[in-house]
Amino acid sequence: MRWLLLKDLQILRRSPLQLVLLIAYPVLIALLIGFAISREPGNPRVAFLNEVPPGARVATGSGARLPAVGVHDRVCRQVECVDVSSRAVAEEKVRDGDVLAALILPADLIDRLNSLGTLDPETPRVDVIVNEEDPLKARVVDDRIDALLARANLFIAKQIASEGGRYLSLVVDGGDFSVLGTKVEILGLRATASTLESLRPAVPAAMRPALDRVIRFATLARDNLDVAAPLIDRLAQPIEVEKQSVSAPTPPLDVFAVAVAATLTLTFVTLLLVAGSLALEREENTFPRLTGGLVSRSALLGEKVGLGMAVGLIVTLLMLAGVELFVGLDWSRFGLWLVAILAGAAGLGAAGAALGAAARDVRSVSLLAFMVSLPVALLSLVPSGAVGATLYDVIRAIAAVFPFKPALQAMTAALDSAGPGIGGPLLHLAILIVAYLAIARLALRRFASV
Amino acid sequence: MGVIGPNGAGKTTLLSILAGTVKPDEGQVSSPNGDVGWVPQQAALYRRLTVEENLLLFARLEKRAEPRKAVEEMLALTGLAERRGDVVARLSGGNQQRINIAIGLLGQPVTLLLDEPSVGLDPRQRARLWEFVSGLADGGTTVIFSTHDIQEAERYGQRLLVLADGEGLFDGSAGELREAVRGETPEAAGSDFETAFVAFLHHRGH
Repeated sequence: MRWLLLKDLQILRRSPLQLVLLIAYPVLIALLIGFAISREPGNPRVAFLNEVPPGARVATGSGARLPAVGVHDRVCRQVECVDVSSRAVAEEKVRDGDVLAALILPADLIDRLNSLGTLDPETPRVDVIVNEEDPLKARVVDDRIDALLARANLFIAKQIASEGGRYLSLVVDGGDFSVLGTKVEILGLRATASTLESLRPAVPAAMRPALDRVIRFATLARDNLDVAAPLIDRLAQPIEVEKQSVSAPTPPLDVFAVAVAATLTLTFVTLLLVAGSLALEREENTFPRLTGGLVSRSALLGEKVGLGMAVGLIVTLLMLAGVELFVGLDWSRFGLWLVAILAGAAGLGAAGAALGAAARDVRSVSLLAFMVSLPVALLSLVPSGAVGATLYDVIRAIAAVFPFKPALQAMTAALDSAGPGIGGPLLHLAILIVAYLAIARLALRRFASV
Repeated sequence: MGVIGPNGAGKTTLLSILAGTVKPDEGQVSSPNGDVGWVPQQAALYRRLTVEENLLLFARLEKRAEPRKAVEEMLALTGLAERRGDVVARLSGGNQQRINIAIGLLGQPVTLLLDEPSVGLDPRQRARLWEFVSGLADGGTTVIFSTHDIQEAERYGQRLLVLADGEGLFDGSAGELREAVRGETPEAAGSDFETAFVAFLHHRGH
């Protein structure tokens, strides 16, 4: 068998294009994945025009004013701002595609915000100019605007709640308060109650019931407003999310992305190589000569799967080494990496052998391998809940009979300790290896007779 | 021994059964003492490997004790020693066929099966091929070949087997076949042998 393996490697060496693709492909994948997961997600470019007059401030119920500074900074933390001088320029930039959208803060924005605290409230608004040239872009723009708006509303609500809370504290606990530059001392409910309590003995008995009612009112108001303060604070963000996962902890997203890239590389390299080299035996007419007494069909299948495992292992490790430049991988788990790669390669190689035994020549088997593996790999990445229950059951069934998903699960488990263990995926792969080798063995009978 | 017959006669099937690559529906094959070398109709070798690499691979698979020595022998036998480093895909059809036959000989067979070895070769290549095969036969190797070419069979086959639709119609020497053809198709007596052979097949219901 080793001589056949050597022969296949010699043939591979004689096929420079194939060899370059085998090496270039994982390197390219590694670079793309590395760049993608090692950098912050790119903020969309948004034209920003602030028409609000300088010095305008948002007033609070207490009479204080929110600092208007930082609006530009706050917005531009979420998006990449391109400052423009006028609406016309903003519109032109959006139309030309220089920016995803234009955000304009109208001159009356602060006035409208301030009107919320009056008897004649007006709805504050910001203007957004978009170029929804395709549905995907429109969706992205809408999502970004919604997110920006939600953050802005939350910020303002928190500021108002904070001011309200301070005002409430002043009413309860007392303190100094500035009105039109004049300092006013506020006694506060707490001090009011205690002052009245201390005055009570000096008040005539006939007036005490009335005084008691005032003291009770001040005490009740103080106690209840004490409770109201945190409530006002909660009003800014009344609902908090408490996430509870019913699944095992998941590995970090960047590790999962590396696992996907490594498994995709392994899939294409192993599947194409095993299927192609088996079909090559047919194309070269050597299959009958080999199996006419030189090697058994099982040994030939084993050699092809072994070839796929060897090359798949080398290429996948190269890819992981490339990704290491961008993402820190846990090399102490290298032993598990080897297990996952070899088991995945064996599963994918067995599937490749079944495809190779069924196809007539290298070209058709290459096409067949792509046609089968690419959609199945993509389907395997569809999460539950993303599609209807019935469709997901179909997808899950398809993914279960192809080795990509268990290979991905094994790779993910090997790369990171979070998440399910590697045992389940390895067992799944073992079952698929046996099944696909049996199919390949059956298909080889036809292979020999045609 | 030449196996002749029209298309679909079963020549390749017969040789494949003798080679052990196809199982017969019924009957049995008595193998000679020693290996049977099989050379399929289409060259069964790796076109991206060199002549030497092909021979060395099959010598190793045949478990020759000294594979490199066996390769040298085959290179000398085929007269392709100078082209040992050439990738097979660059060789002519005739030379590819010689390598194909040499691979069949690596197992040191007592019997060599050649399935239409001269198909696709020009007259010069064909002549060189038969010279090579005749040399093997003269050296003591039993050669069983199939062919469409009656004249080729008559010229190189010491014994001929005529097949048609899987049925054995004749087994004997070329001279005996001529007599049988003349005897059964007197009307074709004046024709060339190929025409008379076709009339013979027709007379036998094929």
